[in-house]
Amino acid sequence: MSGAAVMDGPLLDFFRAARGAGLRISPAESIDAVRAVEVVGFEEREALRDTLSLVLAKTPAEKRAFAECFERFFRRGSFADDELTPPPAAATPEGSPAGGEGEGGGSALGRMLLANDQAALAAEVEAAAAAVGLVNIAIFTQVNLFTRRMLDRMGLAALEREIAATQDADRANRLRTGRDRLRERVRDFVQQNLLLFAEGKNQEFRERLLTQTRLSAIDRRDHERMRVLVRAMAKRLATQYGRPRKRDRRGVLDVRRTLRRNMGWEAIPFLPVWKQERIDKPKLVVLCDVSGSVAPLAQFLLLFLYSLNEALAGLRAFAFSNSLIEVSEILERLPIEKAIPEVLQRIGFGSSNYGQALADFEAGWLGILDSQTTVIILGDGRGNRNPARSEILRRMAERAKQVVWLNPEPRTLWGTGDSDMPRYAPHCRVTAVCNSLQHLERVISGLLRDGA
Amino acid sequence: MVPPWHEKLASIEATEAGLQSAGYIPSRPISTALYLAHHLQKPILVEGPAGVGKTELAKAAASWLGLGLIRMQCYEGLDESKALYEWKYGKQLLYTQILKDRMGAVLGEEPGLDAAMRRLHGVSDLFFSEEFLEPRPLLKALRQPEGAVLLIDEVDKADQEFEAFLLELLSDYQVSIPEIGTVRAEVAPIVLLTSNSQRDLGDALKRRCLHLHIGLPEPRLEARIIAARVPGIAEALRRQLVAFVQQMRTLDLKKLPSVSETIDWARVLVLLHVRELDPALVRETLNVLLKFESDIEAVEPRIAELLQAARSEAVPVR
Repeated sequence: MSGAAVMDGPLLDFFRAARGAGLRISPAESIDAVRAVEVVGFEEREALRDTLSLVLAKTPAEKRAFAECFERFFRRGSFADDELTPPPAAATPEGSPAGGEGEGGGSALGRMLLANDQAALAAEVEAAAAAVGLVNIAIFTQVNLFTRRMLDRMGLAALEREIAATQDADRANRLRTGRDRLRERVRDFVQQNLLLFAEGKNQEFRERLLTQTRLSAIDRRDHERMRVLVRAMAKRLATQYGRPRKRDRRGVLDVRRTLRRNMGWEAIPFLPVWKQERIDKPKLVVLCDVSGSVAPLAQFLLLFLYSLNEALAGLRAFAFSNSLIEVSEILERLPIEKAIPEVLQRIGFGSSNYGQALADFEAGWLGILDSQTTVIILGDGRGNRNPARSEILRRMAERAKQVVWLNPEPRTLWGTGDSDMPRYAPHCRVTAVCNSLQHLERVISGLLRDGA
Repeated sequence: MVPPWHEKLASIEATEAGLQSAGYIPSRPISTALYLAHHLQKPILVEGPAGVGKTELAKAAASWLGLGLIRMQCYEGLDESKALYEWKYGKQLLYTQILKDRMGAVLGEEPGLDAAMRRLHGVSDLFFSEEFLEPRPLLKALRQPEGAVLLIDEVDKADQEFEAFLLELLSDYQVSIPEIGTVRAEVAPIVLLTSNSQRDLGDALKRRCLHLHIGLPEPRLEARIIAARVPGIAEALRRQLVAFVQQMRTLDLKKLPSVSETIDWARVLVLLHVRELDPALVRETLNVLLKFESDIEAVEPRIAELLQAARSEAVPVR
């Protein structure tokens, strides 16, 4: 099939490059792309770009990434016709064609360099790139490695020998400049490929790693990237759950709507219509421990929740270490990057006292809990041997719809040392380990799905 | 089977010219999309802001190709009985009543229940046959002998389940009806789905479609669109008006005016016999372009400034 011929060609490399640029291209889509290119043809670059963009890029963001990648990819092919085109001054243009005949004895690479045969050189570079698998380049430290491998493959060793053996000083000189120039060009070529194929891959790898890393262990310089990730996650959940949702209560007949639906055939109920219940958007009250050990997690939880606002009916946030304050206002007023330090400055980094925090909440805000509210408590439950006051949590649980406790510590540590988790756990509907973005997303999407 | 209109879609250029003859000025990606949709037999998913001509594209394609336009508006709670087919229950009921007597006559001679049963099996599919099938838009589109343009409008408004239901139709141009079997399109219709990105569509759906994003047009294209849509407009006014709208789109507004608003505005100006834009006139007709009170308030004080910028920017159109 003619498709196979197209598939072997640059299109396959382009898919790889496009994947590198962050486009998700499934095998089915690559087959479509090949078929589309068969219809449209390679001749016209603009038509090719429009075509591939239609088949491969499925969101405005992807369209942009695609356009960039397309330009970069097809610019890469211009190895042949760039700056090198004017014959190098050293290769005294017309002076040596006679001598050129005599040069036939040298290595193939040497001949090409002396003749300044750009097309052949470009072809050689491409062939060498394919032979050493340049498209698999992943990180910048591999640039030297790949450059050397490609030069080896092109016959650098033979060229070196030729240079060493040449008696003619002028010829040796020209070979040497040719070699240096070639080395530079190949290096540039490799670097371009690194940009093309590896950038997206690295980013993707890093992001995947970040979602799984313990939040407390994440480097400060990665925080910006994390925020972007968190916002993206929240946006995904918000689009999914932002609309009012209903579900059928199968078995409970909605008589009025059933009659209306079946009016066409004298109200004989061919099509039963069930009563529906609305899935409420959750109304959340969040209590975050912002003492040293839990603070990083609290930061991301709050960011997550505040990015979700269209999927939530209400959100009030409290922070505590040894006493508790409401921080909703700070979080709404300031961007999260500034809000968190401010919260921490007001209250953070003390030693946590859960009993006191719960007592503060009961004294000040118990009234805001009602049968629609979900209370989320984020903390390790380590109260530094202060009284646990779990009876307050019980009273809160009675007033609220449910209490969810998120604990960054692994379950095996609950109850060891000064951890009061076993005392609090009976009053919580859900207790969950939560110390990475992945955990966070799972817990929150669970809450949204069931309309907490 | 090759449909008679296959010839018309012979090349991207022919597609472009064809759409233009139907009064739709396409950008290059748009005509490429339509061309590919036919040759690859794939639906087009059209996304973009409201009023850039997503629905219009389907209409233009239908009128150019001389095909019927079958339109299905999506909404929450849309299900297959409204989208695909429905049994004519009333007719079924009526027929059973009428045929009741005949039944006795048919079965009367048979000795014993078994024999009667066997005889009944012979006519069992009587009531679930083509006769009693009420085709809805999707089925109608598949059964057009000449092919059709099927417009599934605002697919993002429908539920996720409905999206999943569309997949079979979109990938193979066929649907399964349990009682009858699989209905396959003789001539694959040209399918356009539109979306205003109210929610993100599923990957499975996107994967089966060509994805066309129509953005707000650049000045030259917009000027050509206005020329095609509002033939009576003077060249100078058209240039000014497009430049003004383009200027307005650089502002931070709740809803940027799109092509349909520009066209409406141009029509209004023609009706008012306007020769040249001036601030007072713009202020009076601003509500044609902007649909939010807050947007109008934001633009009003800057009209003179925008007009000034528009005058210096106005591009000559061929």
